[in-house]
Amino acid sequence: MEKEIKTFTVSIYTENNIGLLNRISAIFQRRHINIESLNSSVSEIKGVYRFTIIVNVTEIQIKKIIGQIDKQIEVIKAYYHNEDDTVYQESCLFKIKSSLLFDDRQIQNIIKDSNARIVTVNKEFFVLEKSGRRKEIDSLYDKLNEYGILQFVRSGAVSITKQPMNISEILSEFKN
Amino acid sequence: MSSLKKISGSEAVVKCLIAEGVEIIYGYPGGAIMPVYDELHKYEDKIHHVLTRHEQGATHSAQGFARISGKVGVAIATSGPGATNLVTGLADAQIDSTPMVCITGQVASHLLGSDAFQETDIVGISTPVTKWNHQVTKAADIPKVLAKAFYIAKSGRPGPVLIDITKDAQFEMFDFNYSKVTGIRSYKPVPKLETTSLNLAADLINKAVKPMIVWGQGVILSKAEKEFQAFVEKTGIPAAWTIMGVSAIPTSHPLNVGMVGMHGNYAPNMLTNECDLLVAIGMRFDDRVTGNLDKYAKQAQVIHFEIDPAEINKNVKADVPVLGDAKESLTKILPLLKSRKHDKWLNDFKKLYKIEYESVIKDDLFPTKEGLTMGEVIKEINNYTKGNAAVVSDVGQHQMIACRYAEFNKSRSNITSGGLGTMGFALPAAIGAKMACPEREVVAVIGDGGYQMTIQELGTIFQSKVPVKIVVLNNSFLGMVRQWQQLFFEKRYASTELINPDFTAIAKAYYIKSKKVSKREELASAVEDMIKSKESFFLEVVVEKEANVFPMIPSGAAVSEIRLK
Repeated sequence: MEKEIKTFTVSIYTENNIGLLNRISAIFQRRHINIESLNSSVSEIKGVYRFTIIVNVTEIQIKKIIGQIDKQIEVIKAYYHNEDDTVYQESCLFKIKSSLLFDDRQIQNIIKDSNARIVTVNKEFFVLEKSGRRKEIDSLYDKLNEYGILQFVRSGAVSITKQPMNISEILSEFKN
Repeated sequence: MSSLKKISGSEAVVKCLIAEGVEIIYGYPGGAIMPVYDELHKYEDKIHHVLTRHEQGATHSAQGFARISGKVGVAIATSGPGATNLVTGLADAQIDSTPMVCITGQVASHLLGSDAFQETDIVGISTPVTKWNHQVTKAADIPKVLAKAFYIAKSGRPGPVLIDITKDAQFEMFDFNYSKVTGIRSYKPVPKLETTSLNLAADLINKAVKPMIVWGQGVILSKAEKEFQAFVEKTGIPAAWTIMGVSAIPTSHPLNVGMVGMHGNYAPNMLTNECDLLVAIGMRFDDRVTGNLDKYAKQAQVIHFEIDPAEINKNVKADVPVLGDAKESLTKILPLLKSRKHDKWLNDFKKLYKIEYESVIKDDLFPTKEGLTMGEVIKEINNYTKGNAAVVSDVGQHQMIACRYAEFNKSRSNITSGGLGTMGFALPAAIGAKMACPEREVVAVIGDGGYQMTIQELGTIFQSKVPVKIVVLNNSFLGMVRQWQQLFFEKRYASTELINPDFTAIAKAYYIKSKKVSKREELASAVEDMIKSKESFFLEVVVEKEANVFPMIPSGAAVSEIRLK
């Protein structure tokens, strides 16, 4: 079980510090592990930042990696979760020729069925936004690709864990 | 402690060092760090700056200083090449958990990223080899960043910190106010000791039939030598050490069963795979210690006393991890332990020692063949220092021999590059060690290869009048690599033979007393002269060219597959 390669979501609460991204990514690089996606943003706590990193590794590996991340000075706490333990979303944008929208009715159905949103339309192109799980985005990509995609970009996953993270407790423990 | 007065960033650097109790620093000046050097000049009565001959030497000196004293070693260098020359020392200190603060100058902040003269991204470069690093671009940040640097370097599992300070920040005037850091909210240096794990550990120790201790540098770093000795004596458990752990208790201790690992002793390696309980204390199961992990102590339950949670289950799965500082853990577990003796089991170690003695040790220490052995040189040093010297070794065959045979009465006496295996470490490290503890005899034991990697530090020894004793064991080979070529590459000696200069002439050029020995009958008196010398002394001993270090666990083999020849 522990030796099987799976997708894990790494959530890291940190101080805001130049160079911390480098320090964290180096931990993966050193072990020759490819980062599938990485997102960094503010968190629910003022002054505390949050990294969300998706990697495909074994559970043995991820435990060791979390240990290495957790011991970095400016990391408040690092966690890893299985896909089932998180609610996660990715976001993507498609740029597609506008003519297709009018010439081919099928594309309108695809947009409707996929819960994608048209962000902007002009004579030359329109931009479609879709948020969801990786599979949904992949499936939309495949469908639209038949018609031709001018540009495509996908964000890293952002994820919320089902379990509480207790970061405020960790920080208040320090004050006491 | 706070006093308000406008001073420059560079003066603040020096004042911070003074506030942290720093008395000696090692370094090399250059453009981007000149303002700090200017202040060092003004404060030279408070801080002694030692000019090394290379920035790498400065880091190793700072390491030697830290390793023997337990204080934070400090090295300082300029930007660019000065900074990049620190990298090896940083990596060495990182892997051997040595508290060190390195300060580098950096180009002015408006030039950052412009490929300015002597600009390198040293924060980027040093990130993977530092416990923490930081770039300062404003003078006002200097006190709090340096206070944090010292706190991080020495707390918890110690390590190196690099602080890069732009030249404009060094010139900038500001209101200086220094207070030491006592905590950082995102950093927990010592995990909370759990009573449950102590109870579980005590239970296993009290019940074990064939328990064995392997201790590492953690015992020394947490200053737990007394507690550790009490632990060993109360439990009666045979105790083996890693290269970083030796000297925590006297080597003559009856329960000391020797060194584990690739060139360790026969008994503790063999019996690692026979014990029913392995008590690991302040060590990290390095691959040079464990050999093949799939065949390492599989029959035993493992208790792991460790300060760094990331080390638990990293290499060897711990049945009972005891997270915490070794001193506290050992203090608290002691009352839970039964007084025991394991005479029969200890006898198993003695039996295997006899085998090792007959096939290896006797020939190393009391050779009858013509060529001098490295072992007999160490034995002679033992004779004249009575185990009271600090032995600073470099990397290679001589290091293994020095660690195997040197006798130690006092903790912090074995200073060597363990994890990184940095050739060139010993000469500058010995300088730092001697300066930290001038009252102690410091003997650097170095191979002819590693010696030439930092040989220029003879200049530091000469200029700063550091009375270190230097022994070069010269076999005209990169001996350890040659040994591997002999054993595993069918004697294809690719680039391992050295045609060496006249080492005594080089020492003489630096006005260092020197002697060269190539005959057995000259050895004792030469070692005696060296030890008795009040000044630094260089002794070259020409040893057997193609001797091998045994026992040996071939890489990839199990510890119990250790070879005696």
